[in-house]
This record gives sequence, structure tokens and C-alpha cells, in this order.
Amino acid sequence: MTKALGLLVALFALWLALSGYFKPFLLTVGVLSCLFTLYLARRMNLLDDEAVPLQLRLTLPLYWSWLGGEIFKSALAVSKVILSRDMAISQQFIAVESPLKTDMGHVIFANSITLTPGTVTVEAAPGKFLVHALTDEAAGPEGFAEMARRVAVVETR
Amino acid sequence: MDPALIGLACDLATGIAFLVGGTFLLIGTFGLIRLPDVWARFHAAGVIDTIGAELILIGMMFQTGLTQTTLKLALIGLFLFVTGPTATHAVANAAFVAGIRPQRLTRNEAEAVLGDDTPEGMKA
Repeated sequence: MTKALGLLVALFALWLALSGYFKPFLLTVGVLSCLFTLYLARRMNLLDDEAVPLQLRLTLPLYWSWLGGEIFKSALAVSKVILSRDMAISQQFIAVESPLKTDMGHVIFANSITLTPGTVTVEAAPGKFLVHALTDEAAGPEGFAEMARRVAVVETR
Repeated sequence: MDPALIGLACDLATGIAFLVGGTFLLIGTFGLIRLPDVWARFHAAGVIDTIGAELILIGMMFQTGLTQTTLKLALIGLFLFVTGPTATHAVANAAFVAGIRPQRLTRNEAEAVLGDDTPEGMKA
């Protein structure tokens, strides 16, 4: 029930943000289309933690801003490699432990690794990821541990 | 505060965001050409579709002010933030399953993660 209501609110907020209409007729049509989408989502059994991640902590935007800083730092590191004369790359496949508890936590962690330039998540196995790293610095385990610790904070309330 | 001053500050912020974002886009493009193989090139593409694209969007947001357009730009940024890594992972995973080996691999722990499921050509 909470999930259904959450999805309805999110859908209608998106509808409003994208349309920008506030006429009564159009608002009614908007609400109806959101209700229809909700009915379809319910029929398809989509109202779970994956489609409506209400279980995430509200500090998620804080995590995103921290991630933004990390992306900037590693983008600088990758740019340095690209522009350096001898391109000191050392390609490697490394195993990264994922200590998270929920599926959503794993997804956020894997996507964060991919978002950071210099590392790409290639394959997943239960509890760990295979990550391709461009340089030795990008493959350092401390960075992944720090990221996993921060994801663990936001994954459940 | 004086509206003209705020306008100037926004123009400056846009200029800086475009300059830095554009530089990253250029470096990323350069990297796409210069790096040796598909695996290394993922990381150059990563620079382009994370920091490059987001900074350009942020620069545009300073020009549109507190309007619906800014909200739409923010949504574009958010969707890029989620779909970018998904697409990158899809391509990287395809390259992995197809057995395209990175050049001069210095460390390979693929079998530690996948065991017997490791594709041929990716084993150490």
C-alpha cells in the first residue's frame, strides 16, 4: 500500500515537472494516467523494493554529492593518464567484495564503481564483483571499502 | 542583491562549468582515440558521460534560473547518472563474455570471482 502511494506520488510529480500544466481538465487527465500506470505496475507485480525503493535512506542525495566529488577526482586521474606522454596504464581485473545486504545496495555499489572513471564493473557473483581497473591507483582496495561503507549507510533505514 | 550582479554571477558560473566540462569532453575524446584497446577506452568514455555531460548540464541550469526548464535539465542529469553506468556495464559485460582480452593484463582475478563460469580466453 505504501509502495503504491509512493509510486503514485512520484509519477504525478514527474508528470507535473515535465508537463507544467495546471489546468483542471489536464490535471484530471494526468491523475488518471498515473492511476492507470499504477494499475498496470500492480498487475505486473512491479511494486517491490526495486521499482519503488522507499527503503533507501533519505540521505541518498548526500551520497550522490560525495560520489560526484569522487567522480571528479578520478576523472582528473584518468585525464592525467590520457594526456601523459607514455600513458602509464596497467589494466587489471580485480575482485571486489560487496558487504552489502540488499539487492538495491549491490546495484548502487556496482553502478557507483562504473560511474567513477577508471573502474568498470564487469561481472557479478554472489557477494563480489569483478571490476576492470585502468591503473594501479584506481584498483586500490581502500577506495572500494570506503564506497561500500557509504552505500551501507543509505541502503536501508 | 542587485539582479544584474546575480546575472553576472550566473554567466560566470556557466562559463566555468562549460570550460571545465568542455575540457573533460575533449580529453575524453582524445582518450577514445589514443588508448590502446576497448577496455581502456571504456574509461575515456566514462570521463565523457559522467563529468563532461553533467558539467555541461549544470552550466545550462545556471542560465535557465528557477524555472521548469531547470527542473527538466536536473531530471536529464539524474537519468544520465543512472543509465550511463548501466549502458557501460552492458558493453563491458558483452566484451567480457565474448572473450576480448585486455592488452597487457597485469592482474587477473576473474576466476576468483566466477570460478568455472569464467569465459574461455579470460582465464589467467
